[in-house]
Amino acid sequence: MSVDSRWSLQLRRLFARKVVVLAACMLALIVLVAAVWPAVSGADPNAIAVSERLRAPSAVHWAGTDELGRDVLLRIVHGARYSLLIGCVTAAGAVLLGTLMGILAGFFTRLDAPLMRLVDAMMSFPDILLGIALVSILGVSLWNVMLALVVVYTPRVARVVRAATLVLRELLFVDAARALGVRTHRILWAHVLPNLMSPVLVQLTFIFAYAILAEAGLSFLGVGVPPEIPTWGTMIAGSLEYSDRAIWTVLFPGLAIVLTAVSLQMLGDGVRDMLDPKLKKAV
Amino acid sequence: MRFLLNRLAGACMVLVIVAVMVFMLTHMAAGDPMALLLGDQATVEDIAQARTQYGLDKPLPTQFALWAGELFKGNLGQSIFLQMPVAQALLERSEPTLFLALFAVSIAALIGVPCGMAAAIWRGSLADQALSGMAMLGASIPSFWMGLLLIQLFAVRLGWFPASGYGDPGMGLGQRLHHLVLPAIVLGVLNSALIIRFTRASMLDILGEDYVRTARAKGLPERVVIVQHVLGNALVPIITVLGLTTAVMIGGTVVTETVFNLPGVGNLVVRAVLRRDYPVIQGTLLVIAAIYVFINLMIDLLYTVVDPRIRLGGV
Repeated sequence: MSVDSRWSLQLRRLFARKVVVLAACMLALIVLVAAVWPAVSGADPNAIAVSERLRAPSAVHWAGTDELGRDVLLRIVHGARYSLLIGCVTAAGAVLLGTLMGILAGFFTRLDAPLMRLVDAMMSFPDILLGIALVSILGVSLWNVMLALVVVYTPRVARVVRAATLVLRELLFVDAARALGVRTHRILWAHVLPNLMSPVLVQLTFIFAYAILAEAGLSFLGVGVPPEIPTWGTMIAGSLEYSDRAIWTVLFPGLAIVLTAVSLQMLGDGVRDMLDPKLKKAV
Repeated sequence: MRFLLNRLAGACMVLVIVAVMVFMLTHMAAGDPMALLLGDQATVEDIAQARTQYGLDKPLPTQFALWAGELFKGNLGQSIFLQMPVAQALLERSEPTLFLALFAVSIAALIGVPCGMAAAIWRGSLADQALSGMAMLGASIPSFWMGLLLIQLFAVRLGWFPASGYGDPGMGLGQRLHHLVLPAIVLGVLNSALIIRFTRASMLDILGEDYVRTARAKGLPERVVIVQHVLGNALVPIITVLGLTTAVMIGGTVVTETVFNLPGVGNLVVRAVLRRDYPVIQGTLLVIAAIYVFINLMIDLLYTVVDPRIRLGGV
């Protein structure tokens, strides 16, 4: 079977589950709205209208307005851009670094112990605590939050990739390649890396979701994204003290987080089921 | 025995790396805590004198050696802002955090274990899908957001529970626990997602074993198979994950403590971070990481007691 047809078969199997289709559509919709709406409407998400402050949801402001009279829905749409950016960059960065670390530790026995002790040490801090410590050191900014979250989630990927590499290393085709005199870097690139795709893909979607949640948490604590940038986290943090009078200011940004995170995790779950041979046999 | 020694040496290595990382982290930070402590009125000489007093003028390796030496004596240092030893500050703040973590893990276990078992037993059914969906939803809700909503509903509207704080100092245990109900529900419900998934997975692992098929084949009723053959074996990994969840939660309650304004360890760290109180940040991070490493080690040791294959295999 060619690689192409194998992938199309996998994709067809993935989308055979209704839940996964639903999650994928949801994500596509979120990305589309985030990409198109701000460009089309041209409205400023930070435009202050004091006379319109803390209005309940209505035909004009579908999700109400916040303490400065800013439209909550407009800010959620703009916030989607930042929240998705943070999720995407964090997931990509953590997966790249973590895969590198994991392959090195899994393939080269001598590097295994030191690298994995480092990973153990990093994972012995709770995610959010390490995030707080890192952001407070780097300083509060959009890029520093992403950098901190990459550091937080890299060890997780490294652990998964190392475990998978340890198994791959012992397989016959790697032995065969080595016996044929294939250079180590070529073995890693052409034989090991492609077979790591599935666990890495699963990690990618989950870290994407976790990063969006973590950013919200950090911004809430005041060690995340600066308050003037509308992310879903900063929106909730900013309107906090008005939550008893204007619950919509915290309700809707939170719903956006939940919807995005749950869609990503469903997709990740679907990918895992698709790629797990044990489940395939049993179902 | 070799396994135990290896494991112990590994844990010690991890702790050393943790200590170095904690030290490096706080010293790479921008911003001079002395300038913050002394305020705008301080002269350059004042700041220099304060730096000497706290040993901040020495080279980094010297500072690390001094700090590590004190650690061995059990001294976590002196808080710059609280005017008390870090260990004492931690101890004073540990009660709400510890109670909250235990309370929340109990809730998570009470929800997670039965739900996960049900999902595994009726695998593929509508109930399984609904439970798995709920677990995924639980893992997607930001804790502070759920906390805010619960405060609005149960504290502000209905007035059943206090919205924040831990009660006045002299209050009884019941009062203090009453303050912990809402935060514990938040953490418990959200963490039950992980427990559901994990319980389901380990039950399914055991259900696929040969001895379960044998038990069924010899005509045992399904109830007996589940209770005697599956549950007992699935319980070990489930207890492991409950232990780890407790360990993670001791340091992971930061956000929830802030929402409910609980005077716990998380609250202490957040304040220390905002004031650049290095010794407190260092001490707390170190203690929390050490607790995690210790619980992990205990779980591994427990495994060797339960499963001789690990002990004898010399992994």
